[in-house]
Amino acid sequence: MKSRSTIKGLMKRHPRLSQLVIVALCLVMWEVAARFFVDKMFLSPPSRVYGEIGRVLGTKGLTQALTLTLYEVSVAFVMAVAIGMIVGLSVGLNDFARRCFMPIILLLYGIPQIVILPLFILGLGIGPPSKIAFGVTHGIFPIILAIVAGVQGLKPVLLISARSMGASRWHILRYVVLPHMLPSFFSGMRLGMTGVLLGVLLAELYVSTAGIGYFTGLFTQNFDPTRLLGLISILAALAIALNEFMRMVERRFSRWRGND
Amino acid sequence: MSAPVKATLSADQHERRLSRLVQLGFVASLALLWYLATNVWGMSPLLLPKPQNAFEELLDILRSGEFWPDLLLTLGELAGAFAISMTLGLAIGFMVSLSPVFVRIFEPLLAGVYAVPIILFLPLYVLFFGLGASSKIALGATISFFPIVLNTIAGFISVDKLYVTAAKSMGASPTVLLRHVLIPGALPIILSGLRMGFTVALLSIIGSETIASLSGLGHRIVNLAESLEIARMFAYIVFVIAIAATLNSMVSRLEASRSLDK
Repeated sequence: MKSRSTIKGLMKRHPRLSQLVIVALCLVMWEVAARFFVDKMFLSPPSRVYGEIGRVLGTKGLTQALTLTLYEVSVAFVMAVAIGMIVGLSVGLNDFARRCFMPIILLLYGIPQIVILPLFILGLGIGPPSKIAFGVTHGIFPIILAIVAGVQGLKPVLLISARSMGASRWHILRYVVLPHMLPSFFSGMRLGMTGVLLGVLLAELYVSTAGIGYFTGLFTQNFDPTRLLGLISILAALAIALNEFMRMVERRFSRWRGND
Repeated sequence: MSAPVKATLSADQHERRLSRLVQLGFVASLALLWYLATNVWGMSPLLLPKPQNAFEELLDILRSGEFWPDLLLTLGELAGAFAISMTLGLAIGFMVSLSPVFVRIFEPLLAGVYAVPIILFLPLYVLFFGLGASSKIALGATISFFPIVLNTIAGFISVDKLYVTAAKSMGASPTVLLRHVLIPGALPIILSGLRMGFTVALLSIIGSETIASLSGLGHRIVNLAESLEIARMFAYIVFVIAIAATLNSMVSRLEASRSLDK
């Protein structure tokens, strides 16, 4: 009992430190399991994975594959934001259009898109275009929903007063609508980025000739857990970095509103 | 906006009817476009089958009952994955919620792992568990664990401390406290976590069947795509979407009814 409460006291005083300790414990368990209990055809210890990150990156064609995947993600993201913006604004700004098309958009969003992945491959081939398209269809819905929601909260009095003071359509969009929807726009962008990443990774894992999906398949078939885990760690780190970046942008641009 | 109330009401009804009409028109024109593209403009049936062919195939699939083995396998994987993630998610979530210190420490860790697209582990799971059902169950359980555990934590810490103090001061035992205060208070948030977990488990299981598998509904679609039986593949896609929609709406309805109960 006594020792338990001191451990708890320690945890209370240093939450950051205890998080590090927990992560370290997990790594140690992994290390022990991989060194002594699991066949090394299937799992390799974290120390070895970390030590051989260089060898992973040195695999012929792998840096190009990472670049290609990042390129697919960025093109898909830009397209999802552009199309999502246009659809979201044209549906969200008009009451009648919202009524007509929001149910259809929500219905489409509910479809498990993975079942139509083979269609994308049949239609667009196994190269980057199908991955980009699949990323776009995953990322676009959260963006549309966020923009519609952002526009919806707009107080009519702001629109009316802007209009009565002689603002043009462009002025209203630029000085009233856009600033108002910035916070939800950026949270939509973040969710959209998550969606794009998921879509591109799914399509890459499904079929790939030069992207990272090719290498995950290769390492799996060669029973090379060291390089597989290395590649997965690199990708996970990239995903977390992208996510944190979007979060930072979101915080930066919603600051002016305070905490409402 | 400035019209009298009475006029707005009937205008509202009018608008509702009009919007239904526009929706119908939109769907009908898509269907017409599909028909025209395949039957009149001669679009390749390898890219888009004729709608009537796809419909015939769908009837054939339903009549022959050949979908049963795949459907049962996919549902079995889903049940296994959800049972694992629900048990672990509820248990771990409850234990973490017992102390604010644990919440401060574990919640950010779990949320941090949740930010990684877990689909990345699929190749690893295929390496560990092979191409069969177990790799799908493992992936589905991993992916659905996070929304369940995070919502369980959020649910239990959302319970008003006043109720807990009141119940304790009136002499409630830990079991009574849990049964009559904590669980009812946390239930709505936990249920929505379970619903999210169910949805993502279904998605990830169909997804992993599509990517690397030997059987199951997702694999069936890929198989038909590879043998270029496109009309039948479309029929299967419609079938799977209908199954997924049914399951998801069942779970949503369950959640809504349980939340309203109290």
